[in-house]
Amino acid sequence: MSAATKPASTEAALTMSGAEVVLRALKDNGVEVIFGYPGGAVLPIYDAIFNQNAIRHILVRHEQAAVHAAEGYARSTGKVGCVLVTSGPGATNAVTGLVDALLDSIPIVCLTGQVPTHLIGNDAFQEADTTGITRPATKHNYLVKKSADLARVVHEAFYVAKSGRPGPVVIDLPKDILINKAPYTEAPKTEHRSYRPQTEPDAEQIRKAIALLKHAKKPIVYAGGGVINAGPEASRLLADFVHMTGFPCTNTLMGLGAFPADDKQFVGMLGMHGTYEANLAMHDCDVMLNIGARFDDRVTGRLNAFSPNSKKIHADIDPSSINKNVPVEVPIVGDAGRVLAALIAAWKEDGAAQDKAALTTWWRRIDEWRGIDCLRYRQEGKIIKPQHAVKRLYEITRELGRETFISTEVGQHQMWAAQYFGFQKPNRWMTSGGLGTMGYGLPAAMGVQIAHPDALCIDIAGEASILMNIQEMGTLAQYRLPVKVFILNNEYMGMVRQWQELLHGGRYSESYSAALPDFVKLAESFHAKGIRVTDPADLDAGIREMIAHPGPVIADIAVAKDENCFPMIPSGAAHNEMILGPDQEGGVAGVTDEGKVLV
Amino acid sequence: MSEFDSAPRAATIAVLVENEPGILARVVGLFSGRGYNIDSLTVAPVDETGRISRITIVTSGTEMVIEQIKAQLDRLVPVHKVSDLTLEGPHLTRELALIKVVGTGDDRVEALRLADAFRARVVDATTTSFVFEMTGAGDKIDAFCALMRPIGLAEVSRTGAVAIARGPRGLI
Repeated sequence: MSAATKPASTEAALTMSGAEVVLRALKDNGVEVIFGYPGGAVLPIYDAIFNQNAIRHILVRHEQAAVHAAEGYARSTGKVGCVLVTSGPGATNAVTGLVDALLDSIPIVCLTGQVPTHLIGNDAFQEADTTGITRPATKHNYLVKKSADLARVVHEAFYVAKSGRPGPVVIDLPKDILINKAPYTEAPKTEHRSYRPQTEPDAEQIRKAIALLKHAKKPIVYAGGGVINAGPEASRLLADFVHMTGFPCTNTLMGLGAFPADDKQFVGMLGMHGTYEANLAMHDCDVMLNIGARFDDRVTGRLNAFSPNSKKIHADIDPSSINKNVPVEVPIVGDAGRVLAALIAAWKEDGAAQDKAALTTWWRRIDEWRGIDCLRYRQEGKIIKPQHAVKRLYEITRELGRETFISTEVGQHQMWAAQYFGFQKPNRWMTSGGLGTMGYGLPAAMGVQIAHPDALCIDIAGEASILMNIQEMGTLAQYRLPVKVFILNNEYMGMVRQWQELLHGGRYSESYSAALPDFVKLAESFHAKGIRVTDPADLDAGIREMIAHPGPVIADIAVAKDENCFPMIPSGAAHNEMILGPDQEGGVAGVTDEGKVLV
Repeated sequence: MSEFDSAPRAATIAVLVENEPGILARVVGLFSGRGYNIDSLTVAPVDETGRISRITIVTSGTEMVIEQIKAQLDRLVPVHKVSDLTLEGPHLTRELALIKVVGTGDDRVEALRLADAFRARVVDATTTSFVFEMTGAGDKIDAFCALMRPIGLAEVSRTGAVAIARGPRGLI
């Protein structure tokens, strides 16, 4: 990538500091917003930020939140999210966010300050081996030790972050490199020397896939976050393909919105808390088309019982995702959008007739499973069911018709949000799927709101998770970001409590949320509005009041304390061993020790 | 499906990488982080400019694990090429060893005679010791060391395997 680049002009080479070169390179890579927190080692960049208007800096309250905010920004826009933190603790605080972005394939460029080059290795003040610490936490990282490399490294970082399977990239910037004069070079036009991910699928593999799909009697399309990462066009192509074939379609947690939730061919999310129909269709299918999903353990359940009788086609941009957990008959390496376009073209070209009769029989079976109505619940009495709270939130936002983005924290509320909030479009749903990071939702919603100032951005939260990055209420106040925090408050780390109830004999060890703050007062102290709802009769009014308020809001919804998240595939069980509800909790008693060791 | 449940096999993998700081840590970290074995690993620059290094890794695992190792190596940004020499056909594997043998009298004579048989060269000698240099496949060095042990094997230093495919086709 570097060979062909020369300084743009000798003059520029003489006049710009390293920090100015960094900012110019960010701007040239389309960065409009950077989420950060200053400190000694990055003061030169903050100085350069002070002297320009092209890039807006959002001051967060903790570096972890800076990365999550950039993730929300990136996932809701399709752009690369940008983060700036200082050396030492600035960088180590960012690590959780980086791993989160790594596991969910979110493109992030994170600039970290570093002690000057002559002090590296000296245990200097606020020194940490940032490239060492972040090596397994990033897709790639750089330590810039020569001013001449600066611009090239920034350009390359953006290329690496967004191409192929996206991910976080760290650039560690010693302070002397930022202060010394450095040449600016344009982004190179040439290919990267070693990193050239394959995006175009192999025609022969597409042909093999179509041959299987055409003769499928019990097909299913299983689409994941890769479809969302491939851009909105990929989601349109997914819908085209599913409609053209008449196949049922399920989405992973990360893929929600890739296929419209309202579509009659959508069978819901699959996996541990997925729908009965999605999981049984996965189990019983004869041909599975996986696009941009990775056979995650939350999805497969017990591997040796996963979809035992199907031929599997797996399209993924990352060859290492293929044949990692589940052996497949037809691997396809490529971008989800290109794969779908190729599949659509090949489906039309292939003269073979589809077995429509078999498909009708298959749908009849699926409709029987649907008839179980696995997500039903009864809202009665004076206590709000958490499912009902999410469902009403969905229905009311839908009725209002505003562009709505949802983020979540991690736990039961996250699963209820995934189950009861319908996503019709991609990029509207931000959740920490792979790493499962409590504290993700509030900063992510913040990043989404920055990118979409007029949209309705709601963090569906639990009372435990929200406290992990609650300091970001200050950021909401500072930038007047009208993010709504919708807390399903059951006074427990609900998912921990659920597992303790089902798998650990009801010994609720350390999972009670004791000494909770008064969330209304907490909101008010951060210049936000606080609402508390305890009565089901007041729920709608509370939701409407939250949405109508022009500024940030915390809505503290008191929900049933002992509600469990169903349906559920207990750990170590197969898709067809789902537990549908409390009446079947006994089914969990059969979980073996082998199952119990699974997370 | 059977290949995924296959018995573990050894694999000699050649990896061409950008010769940049941290690349070895990246490769080694990948193996430790994902729980793969490294039986041996060698690395040195191999092109005229010194920009490209070749890493030779000897590892073992089921077919599924070996495939994963190769795919994981290939997706590292500074990696140019990954080649499974074991799978791709006939190849040569060589290792260099320096072997110190200490002894007097008949043991010295026996050591020299065995060294001759194994085509090991004497590269250092004192009245009580030899250092032998030998190259060969790993099992040849193993065999030589085993013979030297009762005679007075004092120290062994080995490079680990380097390997190259037979025939005209090159990796670069």
